[in-house]
Amino acid sequence: MPTMNMLQAINNALDIAMAEDEKVICFGEDVGIFGGVFRATSNLQGKYGKARCFNTPLVEQGIIGFANGLAAQGSVPVAEIQFADYIFPAFDQIVNETAKFRYRSGDLFNVGGLTIRTPYGGGISGGLYHSQSPEAYFTHTPGLKIVVPRNPYQAKGLLLAAIRDADPVIFFEPKRLYRASVGEVPEEDYQLPLGEADIIKEGTDITLVGWGAQMEVIGKAVELAEEAGISCEVIDLRSLLPWDEDTVVESVLKTGRLVITHEAPRTGGFAGEIATTIQERCFLYLESPIARVTGLDTPFPLTLEKEYLPDHLKIFEAIRESVDF
Amino acid sequence: MTTPHVHEPVFLTGDEFSIPTFRLLDPDGCLREGATAPQLSRDHARRIYRAMLATRVLDERMMAAQRQGRLSFYMQCTGEEAAVIGATAALDDADMIMAQYREQGALVYRGFTFDEFMNQLFGNELDYGKGRQMPVHYGSRKLHYMTISSPLATQIPQATGYAYGQKLAEDGHCTITFFGEGAASEGDFHAALNMASVHAVPVIFFCRNNGYAISTPAVEQFAADGIAPRAFGYHMHVIRVDGNDILAVYEATRQARRIAVENNQPVLIEAMTYRLAAHSSSDDPSGYRSKSEEQIWHDQDPLLRMQKWMLGQQWWSEEEEKELQESLRREVLETMKRAEKRPPPPLDSLVSEVYAEVTPSLQNQFDQLKRHIRKYPDAYPRGARSLDPEVAVDSNDQGER
Repeated sequence: MPTMNMLQAINNALDIAMAEDEKVICFGEDVGIFGGVFRATSNLQGKYGKARCFNTPLVEQGIIGFANGLAAQGSVPVAEIQFADYIFPAFDQIVNETAKFRYRSGDLFNVGGLTIRTPYGGGISGGLYHSQSPEAYFTHTPGLKIVVPRNPYQAKGLLLAAIRDADPVIFFEPKRLYRASVGEVPEEDYQLPLGEADIIKEGTDITLVGWGAQMEVIGKAVELAEEAGISCEVIDLRSLLPWDEDTVVESVLKTGRLVITHEAPRTGGFAGEIATTIQERCFLYLESPIARVTGLDTPFPLTLEKEYLPDHLKIFEAIRESVDF
Repeated sequence: MTTPHVHEPVFLTGDEFSIPTFRLLDPDGCLREGATAPQLSRDHARRIYRAMLATRVLDERMMAAQRQGRLSFYMQCTGEEAAVIGATAALDDADMIMAQYREQGALVYRGFTFDEFMNQLFGNELDYGKGRQMPVHYGSRKLHYMTISSPLATQIPQATGYAYGQKLAEDGHCTITFFGEGAASEGDFHAALNMASVHAVPVIFFCRNNGYAISTPAVEQFAADGIAPRAFGYHMHVIRVDGNDILAVYEATRQARRIAVENNQPVLIEAMTYRLAAHSSSDDPSGYRSKSEEQIWHDQDPLLRMQKWMLGQQWWSEEEEKELQESLRREVLETMKRAEKRPPPPLDSLVSEVYAEVTPSLQNQFDQLKRHIRKYPDAYPRGARSLDPEVAVDSNDQGER
């Protein structure tokens, strides 16, 4: 099995999707011959032509508006927003249009073929406008699916599933891992299920939940915890909307403890949603308060990025406090 | 890109350009001297005129129904029938229409029935949109009319995308998108025109410049000579047309369609017209414009203008006019009564079609809601009726949509 980094896996998934279905069309700022600023769409224009892989003008609301219409027409657009930080000009098109197309028309029209790919997250010295994790804004919008892969294998399988899904998907790619995360990825076509969490590691003392780039950080925290004799169960949510409540509930019923972590600011973050649901469904089984390890309620900083980010030490401390409660 | 160099600073304002207005019919319904009428058959002209009259009657009656409290909300097309219906009549019936919200005339022309209008207006069990949107948010897949969305101008870049798909499919069709001059201030408008121009997309951008964005007059909406000159910046074909002149609108759109479909080029049409009625049933134009201003435009009523032309052609008669008006009024009232009596959509339409399949979490929320409604059925009579399977409605009996 070949090894790929996450960008290669994403590129490979797009290649497979475009080869299989001529209705799949990739576009966005600089995605043409240049292959996107991160090169996720490398070689696709050469292979499938300018009509199916092309640069757009620099206009996010236009890209998503165009994508909505194209999807409604029956094509399968894969639109790239160059950084998740720049998805906000397209917010109206995503939240008011993409998400509501099927519902408001009684399914006369839908944009189920649409996938929006966008790199998110910190750890790259990107400062305020190249580091944000805006997933929670979109999890508040019924009609969208929100997916975040953690490594190359996951990225390929989840992206292929997203492109072929009957609903529009926002696919947040952890850009810190684009080249840093390398692993074995089958060359052939495969899909991983949307809406299902992945239990990466089983354990008995505490449940750790995250997604995307935080899964690597959780992994390091788990090493420290296990050295300290704490058995951790690790769950990658993979899909935030819809999210797999049952898998997390079952785990917490077993361990009695839960730590949730994300890079985004705490207030209104998706950890709040998980914590509330688990409190509702596992109240009598909880051995300690549910803990959140998150970014601060500040814009994303530049120089003090390391301090800001929820790292393995902060997660380890949260684990210890939970176990010692 | 190369341009000549000059040694003195030259500032241009665009005032050098003056875009003329294409007109064929004078306000009295006579063909202008030297003008050639478009090739329009008697039957086609009658179809167009019937749609104009039906739209006018529908609007008058439904506005009255709103005032009587029978309808929560309504928006009229009055004064703009020639712009909307003239443009639609120049297209292929399978070309896509992506409208703003004041283009019911296009649907009337394509054969949307009064029953279909009423079912949407009253949000009953037969509404294609399942009672989810406010009145006048129509849609028809069968008639190639995208379901209306309230946020302004969002349909414009979508039209560019839709038409791009048509271009790739090589199906010989184009998309027309309607919007007002107010919506042309939104970023979506500029995004759409630029992308259409860069990617050579067969889309017609049809601006109904009707003078007002709710209460804001056009002079407070843009500083330039209307919307048309913006096309220059996007290197796009453009024409300004008298929007109250059905023949001119028809001919302009017919030629625009040819440019779009044959050359894969977008076209901007600015139709100069006037919103004779209020913005919506919630608006009172007497607060921001004068009766004398309105009168000037009443004198140019596009409906009367076409009627006079039709009479002059001997394609129409006073008797036919009277007969059609009466039958349309009767039909509107009958269909309204039918639609009012129909029950609301079933409770499960609350959660269906958010996604292709109901998610487990949403299903749980819905089950909880049903338990609650069963406990307090009198507090939720609309929802409770469809919880009883005996009176449940089969939502699949709507036929082709």
